[in-house]
Amino acid sequence: MGQKYSNLVKNAVGRMVPTEVNGQKQVPFQGVGKYKPDARKYGPKIASYADFPEDGNKQVASLKEALVKAGLKDGMTISTHHHFRNGDLLANKIFDIAKELGVKNLRWVPSASFPCHEHLIQYLEDGTIHHIEGSMNGPLGRFASHGKMKGLGVLRSHGGRYQAIQDGDVQVDITVIGAGCADSFGNANGLFGPSASGLLGFALADSQYADKVIVVTDNMVPFPCSPWQIQGNYVDYTVLVDQVGIPEKIVSGTTQITKSPDRLLLAEMTAQFCLEAGIIRDGFSFQSGAGGTSLAVGDYFAKIMREKNIKARFARGGSNKYLVSMLEEGLVDYILDGQTFDLKGVQSMADNPNHVWTSPFTSYNYHGKGNFAGMVDVVILGATEVDVNFNANVVTHSDGLLLHGIGGWQNCLFSKTVILPIPLFRDRIPVVTDEVTTICGPGELIDVIVTERGIAINPKRKDLIEKLKDSNLPIKTIQELKEEAEKICGKPAKPELEDELVAVIKWVDGTIIDSVRKVKS
Amino acid sequence: MSNKIATAGNTGKKVRSDCFVTLELKDSGGVKIEQKSKVEVLFGKANIELCEDILKFYGIGNAQLTLEDKGAVPLIIAARIEAAVKQLIDTDKEYLLDFIEENNYTSEKEQFRFSRLYLPGNTPSMMLNAGIHDPNGIILDLEDSVAFSKKKEAQLVVRNALRGINFYGAERMVRINQFPKGLEDIKYLVPHNVHMLLVPKCEGAEQIKKLEEKIEEIKKQHNIDRPVLLMPIIESALGVEKAFEIATASENVVALAIGLEDYTADLGTRRTNEAIESFYARTRLVNACKAARIQAIDSVFSDVGDMEALRENVKVSKGLGFEGMGCIHPRQIKVIHESFAPEPDEIEKAKKIVNAFIDATEKGLGVVSLGTKMIDPPVVKRAEKTISLAISLGLISENWREEFLNNEE
Repeated sequence: MGQKYSNLVKNAVGRMVPTEVNGQKQVPFQGVGKYKPDARKYGPKIASYADFPEDGNKQVASLKEALVKAGLKDGMTISTHHHFRNGDLLANKIFDIAKELGVKNLRWVPSASFPCHEHLIQYLEDGTIHHIEGSMNGPLGRFASHGKMKGLGVLRSHGGRYQAIQDGDVQVDITVIGAGCADSFGNANGLFGPSASGLLGFALADSQYADKVIVVTDNMVPFPCSPWQIQGNYVDYTVLVDQVGIPEKIVSGTTQITKSPDRLLLAEMTAQFCLEAGIIRDGFSFQSGAGGTSLAVGDYFAKIMREKNIKARFARGGSNKYLVSMLEEGLVDYILDGQTFDLKGVQSMADNPNHVWTSPFTSYNYHGKGNFAGMVDVVILGATEVDVNFNANVVTHSDGLLLHGIGGWQNCLFSKTVILPIPLFRDRIPVVTDEVTTICGPGELIDVIVTERGIAINPKRKDLIEKLKDSNLPIKTIQELKEEAEKICGKPAKPELEDELVAVIKWVDGTIIDSVRKVKS
Repeated sequence: MSNKIATAGNTGKKVRSDCFVTLELKDSGGVKIEQKSKVEVLFGKANIELCEDILKFYGIGNAQLTLEDKGAVPLIIAARIEAAVKQLIDTDKEYLLDFIEENNYTSEKEQFRFSRLYLPGNTPSMMLNAGIHDPNGIILDLEDSVAFSKKKEAQLVVRNALRGINFYGAERMVRINQFPKGLEDIKYLVPHNVHMLLVPKCEGAEQIKKLEEKIEEIKKQHNIDRPVLLMPIIESALGVEKAFEIATASENVVALAIGLEDYTADLGTRRTNEAIESFYARTRLVNACKAARIQAIDSVFSDVGDMEALRENVKVSKGLGFEGMGCIHPRQIKVIHESFAPEPDEIEKAKKIVNAFIDATEKGLGVVSLGTKMIDPPVVKRAEKTISLAISLGLISENWREEFLNNEE
């Protein structure tokens, strides 16, 4: 797959990034909204009706047979999705089969990886998998951080993944789509069956653009599987297996509101800020993630809305029982859901026409004619670090280890107001710093940092500063917050990292915004 | 010197913002420091320097020190090492990090004490963020929440916390151990701007007098002239009977608190939610406090999950004449403040009275009247108290009178 990387240049946020990665030419980040490629989308191959069974039954006996029929061979790009989260059984199985068949140098493009994929480290070591393009969480991130992956890791946002596939940056040879429910023609959804996960939006691009599309389910129903979140007309083979996912791990995640008093305080301050800023008003819209603090923000929003008799037009999910109860109570008109975090969310999506499933195409794709993210009034996000220029990091820790994926985080930065409620420090590690280890989001898109010791508003947001000028909330400068953190924790030493790169971070438009370096062992 | 090993601190999966040190004195070989820290990349070097400095301070030239660090801040690491050193060497020397300037504020006899948040004295992770929840007071506890074998370690943690942790304006309280053991605690507290000592299981004026003698002694040694306020806790039948005597034992006694767990045990009965069994004790205590012109403070409410029950509990407490309550969880603070806050009609009435008083004073009248009714001075005083309380809770603005007069017109 060519050289790991070469020709480092300084990009528009001052970071050194390669112009060639795994043999492919790259564009350095040029600034928000600057890079507009003048080209046509990548075209999938034309398929012919004559090549497919007339009765529409594309079912084959096993996943192995499907992969062999799809032509699995050395150097291919294989994609999977994270609808089953930490309960995913498919990705591991695919590479077990690849290993068995002696196939080498595969490029794995998951929409996200989870700790359950630690199993794949052996295949990264023995050369079955060349490198990963997608999130690298926990064990896989640690592996990559130590420079052990053969190729360079490429991290993209959910929207960036759609963009990369659509633009042809990533050409998927075989995609394997796990579905809670499917028919033998390939129509599939995530709404029903023991492995129900809600929706299959992350697989949409792959189904449309991959050369070969395999749908795997443990719940094969007679045609038609309705609704068809994935259309069978894109699908080559279907497979019935005993189990595609472990149900209790599919809908686990952090779907409980935090009990930590410190985090509840953060959430309360965030909600109060939104109220005083005039963001919470009739017909507004919001998005908050599935983390404990974000869930608590939603809960405080609900309290305020109830008290003031305010209704939101829509909430963007990650949906869960809390958001569903707001929908059912009439506090929000619509949930536009990108990912369902618990069974209550799955049930609601199946039953309630106002609980609508979305995809990275509708929500996030930067190379489309607009997307939903920009229409959202306020989004609540997390970060591992923020610096005094409001740049934020979500992928590496302050010691340089790559431990998280980007998810939809970068895409959400286009919301009208972006708020990051974060503790000022975590176990003595300051979260507000001079310079983030890795820039995932440029400061110009990040509006407010809420910490338990003060709230910093980006100086660019003069409107917010003006609205909050008489507030009782502790409004401070970001510099003050940084100094307060260092006063409590001490000034941290800069981690010593190797020169060698282990991964690059893509911006939503496909350019490279930063590089991740190898940690010293 | 024979080889001896000392340990201090906490370890285990759930431990955060703390560390565990093992110190072994040697006869030769110099100082060897081994560190296992979850923040090693960022603070490993700083930690080693701190360890070296402390050992040097105590004149230790040959030793093996192991630091298992879970993200402890320097003042905690220092307390742990000092505790280990003091198990091996007989010394009164104290290794003190800077006293931060933010901790130089004072407290007043007459200030609101609605909420006071208990923090176990040997659990650093709860201390760093305690102040952000805005309790009226924080209590670093050396008594019941500290295991017997950890009492000495906790003294050092609490001392260092008083010096180096910012509690953001909360009254700085420490609950010392029961008399007479508590007398040994105070040399770690009085020189470090402790505002108030809570005296558990107090049973008579004599205990308060002995404690004050000791406090005066330490104040003299350190040239301190600000007072150390006292809040005796009544937790026994005898204590209840002696409430007035205790309340008037010293001018530094500014409040009495009641501790109902121990009290009900002393009665040989059980603590119930209705609290009929402690009704006498509570009213007796309130009466003693009011007679002595000090504050009466209620016990803690232990069901931290049930905020509605807490709210009800505070209402009853306020109705009996209590002016504050203990908290064992930060989320209780807001509920307690809201529930002790004056009701809207109380505030409106207070506005009218205070306004009438200001009017009368401006006109040089000796008598305050509202309509045809005469207002007695104590009523004015209470109304003023209500107004300043409402202001401090953000229920009315400081310029409430302007608005009030505009509405009158």
